[in-house]
Amino acid sequence: MSHILVAEGVSKSYGNHVALSNISLEIPKNCIYGLLGPNGAGKTTLIRIINQISYPDKGKVFFDGELLAPHHIAVIGYLPEERGLYKSMKVGEQVLYLAQLKGLSKIEAKKRLKYWFDRFEIGDWWNKKVQELSKGMAQKIQFIVTVLHEPKLLIFDEPFSGFDPINANKIKEEILALKEKGTSIIFSTHRMESVEELCEYITLIHKSEKLLDGKLSNIKKAYKNNVFNIGLHITNTADSIIEHLNGDFQITQSDYNSEEKQFNFKVQLPSQDTSELIKRISTLGTINHFNETIPSANDIFIETVKSKMA
Amino acid sequence: MSKLKLIIKREYLAKVRNKSFIIMTFLSPILMVGMVVLIAFLTKINDGDKRIIAVYNESDYLSNEFKPTETISFVKYRSLNKEQAMDSTIAMGYYGLLHIPKEADLEETLANTFLYTKENPVSSVVERLERVFENRLRQDKLQKIGVSSKEFSKIEQAFDLKTATYKGEENVKGLNMMKAFVGGAFGYLIMMFIIIYGGFVMRSVIEEKTSRIIEVIISSVKPFQLMLGKIIGTSLAGLTQFAIWIFSASLLLIVALLVLDIDLGVMASNPALTSNPMIGMPTPQESEVEFWAKEFFNLPLLLLLVSFAIYFILGYLIYSSIYAAIGAAVDNETDTQQFIFPIILPLMLAIYVGFFSVFNNPHGPIAVGFSLFPLTSPIVMLMRLPGGVGDGGVPLWQLITSIILLILTFLAIVWLAAKIYRVGILMYGKKPTYRELLKWLKY
Repeated sequence: MSHILVAEGVSKSYGNHVALSNISLEIPKNCIYGLLGPNGAGKTTLIRIINQISYPDKGKVFFDGELLAPHHIAVIGYLPEERGLYKSMKVGEQVLYLAQLKGLSKIEAKKRLKYWFDRFEIGDWWNKKVQELSKGMAQKIQFIVTVLHEPKLLIFDEPFSGFDPINANKIKEEILALKEKGTSIIFSTHRMESVEELCEYITLIHKSEKLLDGKLSNIKKAYKNNVFNIGLHITNTADSIIEHLNGDFQITQSDYNSEEKQFNFKVQLPSQDTSELIKRISTLGTINHFNETIPSANDIFIETVKSKMA
Repeated sequence: MSKLKLIIKREYLAKVRNKSFIIMTFLSPILMVGMVVLIAFLTKINDGDKRIIAVYNESDYLSNEFKPTETISFVKYRSLNKEQAMDSTIAMGYYGLLHIPKEADLEETLANTFLYTKENPVSSVVERLERVFENRLRQDKLQKIGVSSKEFSKIEQAFDLKTATYKGEENVKGLNMMKAFVGGAFGYLIMMFIIIYGGFVMRSVIEEKTSRIIEVIISSVKPFQLMLGKIIGTSLAGLTQFAIWIFSASLLLIVALLVLDIDLGVMASNPALTSNPMIGMPTPQESEVEFWAKEFFNLPLLLLLVSFAIYFILGYLIYSSIYAAIGAAVDNETDTQQFIFPIILPLMLAIYVGFFSVFNNPHGPIAVGFSLFPLTSPIVMLMRLPGGVGDGGVPLWQLITSIILLILTFLAIVWLAAKIYRVGILMYGKKPTYRELLKWLKY
């Protein structure tokens, strides 16, 4: 598989502070890639290196098979965490200026801008100053600025912070539409739950080091621990059911709602084989749900950090 | 269009379209001319105040000596006593009473002469009277050795000592007033431009930081390009403003002078500069305007313009890149104070050294030192240069050394400033110390 971006042993330090140590990544083309980790892990440093805002002390970065070079700036779109616009500049002029800095011609930029302004139904904002816009409106402009030059790689640092839920959804849809068109996308965030559902691949970064990376579904498989959630509608008492199962199965958590006669519990199995369990519980009541607990990226992160520390 | 051009264009337009810029551009000349006119007007009122001196002369001397001038006139008292004369002077509201008693001879008489006034008399009045007495005494003494006053007036002779270098070229004696004026104006212009537009550069950097657009931009262009574009764009806006000012100010000044009938020559000879021993006063046969025009065209104009351009550009680039670095290092304008003072210091020093030392002795060790030191040379060297280059003026090696030092400093400072700028623009929330700035240089 070809990769849009490959990092090989990238290290960066500021004085005595190590921001990145020996990070290697491979970001496949046309996927959504999550760069996850707590604040201060080194995500932004890595992104700045990809954007050639700063340069690695050691290591190499390849973009689409070539060593990263200044001309790649024109095909990368970046929405930084610290983002803003010139407050006293008019919206239209400002977007044109930023698009031209990315290498678009004025005419081409105008044409594409019209498309986006129509799409977001904000055509009448052209002559407004940014300071007259609300924060959400400014964020839309910011998004347009990021994608206007139709980059091959889009990088969003904390993409949904500052968006209200409706706008966040709108932006999410736009990002997915761009992915459909073939764009590769990197999400960087410390709020792992916010992007988990979107990402196909992830890298976990902690204290300047990579903890793990790979396809999210594979990682989740690897971190599955055969715990199953079961919901039963019962006629007996909950205690008798626990007693009945306890000898053969390990119940890790249970909760009984006497009014609804609903008994929910978690079972830890030794393997993926669930046939025995289902056979047993189907005799105890009506099964109204049965699923496997999939660890969240957050859970995986915490577990990995724990195991590395140990 | 290249990115640098785009940045310059944006910075220029952002500055020029700014309301306060437009207001300042059109208000400043009016304020400036207003000030000049006001000062000239006040000076005129002050000097135009005619003073009347009552002269109570009991002696046999000095009967025809007191001739009225524009500012002093005399009233003679006769057949009174001293107290009556005094009372009368006060009652009439005259400026003072000059009492010349009757004594045996002229010297004795003058020795006992008094000027009575209400307050300390103004120096011009005292000087005027003293000159009358000095003249009279001189005549008296000459008469005693047999020279008549007519012969005496013929004796008076001005003399102008010619000077030359050893190679026989005619030399310049010190810096005359026109040279001092031109040099001072150039130096002052550079200082003002640096302080005003350097400040603009700094505020523009701070604006990009606080509006958080900086990272969006430097993901498209190099920080150095942005810094350079900002400095150039802002200075072009500044030059536009200066051009408008110079044009409209001279226009307004001419109009104002015509309307108020104020002689420019009088004002030009008024400033404190006259206290320096200046050589080259107008000779009687040419009008003052002709004299100043001649003086002006005697200056090495081409040299001045070329070196003004060199020193102005390099000096401005050095200082404004320091301003840009300061802007990048801080989060808001109030934090800039500690860093700005060290920048203003050499500028002020250059101006003061220029006015107090360079004009008196344009090639003395202080003048030479400060015109070589790169942070002061743009101002001090320009104050020396109206005297020309080569024999009698600034030695050529000094000019060349000064420019080379300036270029080297320019490269070093821009390099350092760009490093601080590059790191600083992405730093938020901390007020940096000098030590931290040093650390940034190593990043």
